Amino acid sequence: MEPASPPSFAFQELLPPFTAHEAAVEANRCLYCYDAPCLQACPTHIDIPTFIRKISTGNLRGSARTILESNFLGGTCARVCPVQELCEGACVLGKDHTPIAIGRLQRYAVDHVQERGVQLFQPGTPTGLRVAVVGSGPAGISASAELAKLGHSVTLFERRELAGGLSTYGIIVLREPVEVAQREVEALKALGVTVTTQTELTDRAGLDLLLSEYDAVFLGLGLGAVPAMGIPGEAHILDGLGVIEASKVAPETLRLGERVVVIGAGNTAIDAATVARRAGADTLMVYRRTEHEMTAYRHEYEFALHEGIRFTFLTQPIEVVAEGGQVTGLKCVQMRLGAPDSSGRPRPEAVPGSEFVIPCDTVIKAIGQEKPALAVALGLELEGGYIRVDDTLATSLPRVYAGGDCVRVRGSASTVMAVQDGKIAAAAIHAALSMAVPEHGAAD
Amino acid sequence: MADLSINFAGIRAPNPFWLASAPPTNSGPQIHRAFEHGWGGAVWKTIGAPVLNISNRYGGLSLGGQRLLAINNVELISDRPLDVNLREIAEVKRMWPDRAVIVSAMVDADPKAWRDIVMMIEDTGADGIELNYGCPQGMSERGMGAAVGQVPEMCQLNTHWVTSVTKLPVIVKLTPNVTHITDPAHAALAGGANALSLINTINSIMRVDLDTLQITPNIGGRGTHGGYAGPAVKPIALNMLTELMTDAEVLRSGVPICGMGGIQTWRDAAEFLLLGATSLQVCTAAMHYGYRIVEDMIDGLSNWMDDKGFATIYDVAGRSLPQVSTFGQLDLSYQAVARINPDKCIQCNLCYVACNDTAHQCIDLYAEGGIRVDPGFDPRMNGKGVADTRPTPVVREPDCVGCALCVNVCPVDGCIEMVSVPSGRESVTWDQLTAQRPAVTQQWAAMEAYRDEAGIEIH
Ligand SMILES: Cc1cc2nc3c(=O)[nH]c(=O)nc-3n(C[C@H](O)[C@H](O)[C@H](O)COP(=O)(O)OP(=O)(O)OC[C@H]3O[C@@H](n4cnc5c(N)ncnc54)[C@H](O)[C@@H]3O)c2cc1C
Ligand SMILES: Cc1cc2nc3c(=O)[nH]c(=O)nc-3n(C[C@H](O)[C@H](O)[C@H](O)COP(=O)(O)O)c2cc1C
Ligand code: SF4
Ligand code: SF4
Ligand code: SF4
Repeated sequence: MEPASPPSFAFQELLPPFTAHEAAVEANRCLYCYDAPCLQACPTHIDIPTFIRKISTGNLRGSARTILESNFLGGTCARVCPVQELCEGACVLGKDHTPIAIGRLQRYAVDHVQERGVQLFQPGTPTGLRVAVVGSGPAGISASAELAKLGHSVTLFERRELAGGLSTYGIIVLREPVEVAQREVEALKALGVTVTTQTELTDRAGLDLLLSEYDAVFLGLGLGAVPAMGIPGEAHILDGLGVIEASKVAPETLRLGERVVVIGAGNTAIDAATVARRAGADTLMVYRRTEHEMTAYRHEYEFALHEGIRFTFLTQPIEVVAEGGQVTGLKCVQMRLGAPDSSGRPRPEAVPGSEFVIPCDTVIKAIGQEKPALAVALGLELEGGYIRVDDTLATSLPRVYAGGDCVRVRGSASTVMAVQDGKIAAAAIHAALSMAVPEHGAAD
Repeated sequence: MADLSINFAGIRAPNPFWLASAPPTNSGPQIHRAFEHGWGGAVWKTIGAPVLNISNRYGGLSLGGQRLLAINNVELISDRPLDVNLREIAEVKRMWPDRAVIVSAMVDADPKAWRDIVMMIEDTGADGIELNYGCPQGMSERGMGAAVGQVPEMCQLNTHWVTSVTKLPVIVKLTPNVTHITDPAHAALAGGANALSLINTINSIMRVDLDTLQITPNIGGRGTHGGYAGPAVKPIALNMLTELMTDAEVLRSGVPICGMGGIQTWRDAAEFLLLGATSLQVCTAAMHYGYRIVEDMIDGLSNWMDDKGFATIYDVAGRSLPQVSTFGQLDLSYQAVARINPDKCIQCNLCYVACNDTAHQCIDLYAEGGIRVDPGFDPRMNGKGVADTRPTPVVREPDCVGCALCVNVCPVDGCIEMVSVPSGRESVTWDQLTAQRPAVTQQWAAMEAYRDEAGIEIH
């Protein structure tokens, strides 16, 4: 059987950029609200009315600066933010007609400067203080940028080949191409941040070493791999994150069959299914509860339906059926909804004797990510498996801060929240460093 | 169905919508097409002395993405040979006997020159003559156009030269580039004008190009002042029309007035009619959208007249003039306050910032549960729910001076209303007050004494 090969248009950014005219018309629609609700609803509190006004006057560089001052990853956020839930969801024009396309306007302004390589920020007056940042996802980049702007000397460590975290490896090209994430890394380097890739923090000794060489450490570790399902035939299941990663950085290596089943119904599952669908596969998502308990955003679900992805609910996979190393089906059992569990959602229960096999040649799992395992090895206090932090994002260890997905014990994780964490931690680190003359004497 | 037909100083037309003397009336084939679309008349692009036009000629005004709120032109009169224009005018009139065909003319300030052109125009069978004393650029430097319109004596003399040799109705088209529009109007009447039309274009520099630093339009590296017209000039035109329609001498003469300047829709047209115009001309809107706009103009005006119970244009004409007053006759005791309808309010807080920064600080913000709050927010309250917890603006009515700024900035129609409230004071106008107590115009102490007595508190 031939693996499906993606058509060339399949992995391109979904929404075209605004033309200058479209941007002007849309920007002029904004009311320039006072004490604006969109600004309040953006987790990084970008001054949205101001940046939009600057687009309407043709001041694109100023607009980008307004955005990036509050959110160094404005280019990524413009593409990946669940704007319906955040800024655009709060826009007053949504009350009776269409809210302002804030995300697309943000992308228009930021792309304008980043495509031209314009650097808007300078490193601050050197303080002689050094900060290590581990993990180059949105949290790490945001913290690094803010610290560099304050004049601290920052080194960013990343275990992977490319920096950018999930913006580089995890967000499907339909939303964000790799280049966009890389432009943000370039902007960070232009601020004097040293980006050291293929360097992993693995244990407490490593952390202690960092603490001896740096005045503070910020951990933006993100989360782990997709957890195991614990069912027979597990070895044949592809990891959703891996599939997405391949579609981004090495699409030619993507090998999916003609009939793909994706297990899970969160946003990541939909992303993995979208990749399979765009690669030409007949794609079915199986979820053990119903449409109502799905964690994916409504607009994501509708997008998936629009892409031609099929869903089967109240279905629990119990075994991957394979013949001669080749998957032939996914054995499932029918479920029904029982009493609510601790999360308040009805608990799914298997219907006895309802086993059936869904014929397919590829199975992908996308049932969330593992909690940050390294945290235990580092000797950090945990909360629900995530790194415990206080309001300033300080961990239980002195001079160690953390933010982003690895601390997101409550609520859904998102890029923009990781960016805000980076800002909060940078401010806290700066305040702490400005107060105390470092004891270990790494700086004079 | 309302009857839109008019008889304007003897010139008859099936509707009051005429194309103004300008590029839309440059040639016979164009006017054929315009009449096919339903225009009631056309004032031919000004003919007269030989000229050469230049390129480019138009600068456009765009605001907030809205194109062409006005045109500024450095165009002269018709640059087509006189005999060609005259032949085409005759043809058009022959083919369209029911439409108004009026010829705009401009020649040197010389009775012989005027007499010659009048004779030629009469030979075409046209219904009337419009004297162009308006063009603010190019022609005025040659002693024509605004150079005549701006000097009442010249205006009277030139008009007299024409009216004394023609049987045709003579319309004098006034330039707005004067301090008092009534001065040239009086001069035109003294010269025997049968009708007036206004406004011609306003002197202007449209724009400076921020890339090239050139004045726009850029004519080979140079620019000059030009005539400004289009939707943006309507309020100026309405005011000048009103000045004429409330002027004793103009009223005594009984001459009809043709209104123009910024007419883009039937609604604009209705406003000109309500302030006394009985025929209308359109230029920029036709240049923007083409002749087809007249269909909605006719249809919309007719439907509105039916709704209002107006049978003819003359039932509409001047209906709003009785409301026109002078400042001295306005009631100082009238009190209005702004009232916000919370059901319509979308909480953009533009009224709040406008009142707070630049008016009288009488709008407060109230959170759910009736607690007065300051603007600003708790950064920990991210994401959803912001829209539901927005504070609502409420006017502190006793402190509201009724300036109406908030009404004007509110983006929602009918959300803020200026409501009349009893002021508890006896009605008095400034004219009455100052007649009774002349000292209030001279001394602040007297003014304050009066305010105390009347119970007027100023914040
Ligand atoms: C498939 C998928 C789709 C998503 N789509 C969206 C979306 O559309 N919109 C949205 O807002 N959010 C989305 N998210 C969530 C979003 O990507 C994350 O919330 C965000 O990237 C978190 O940023 P972070 O910096 O905390 O972590 P990450 O982006 O995960 O970055 C962590 C980085 O740390 C590195 N690292 C980890 N441990 C070490 C170590 N020991 N030493 C050195 N480096 C280390 C990792 O290699 C990685 O580069 C999505 C997530 C996934 C998985
Ligand atoms: C490009 C242009 C050329 C004009 N040429 C003449 C002209 O030759 N004679 C004239 O009397 N008025 C001329 N006008 C003025 C118009 O007739 C009219 O008075 C003015 O444009 C106001 O009407 P509007 O706002 O509908 O455009 C011209 C206007 C424009 C825009
Ligand atoms: S960062 Fe995200 S939430 Fe904030 S304004 Fe931009 S698109 Fe909206
Ligand atoms: S709420 Fe909407 S209209 Fe108001 S400033 Fe924000 S984007 Fe503009
Ligand atoms: S301007 Fe109008 S819509 Fe906006 S807050 Fe005020 S009353 Fe409400």
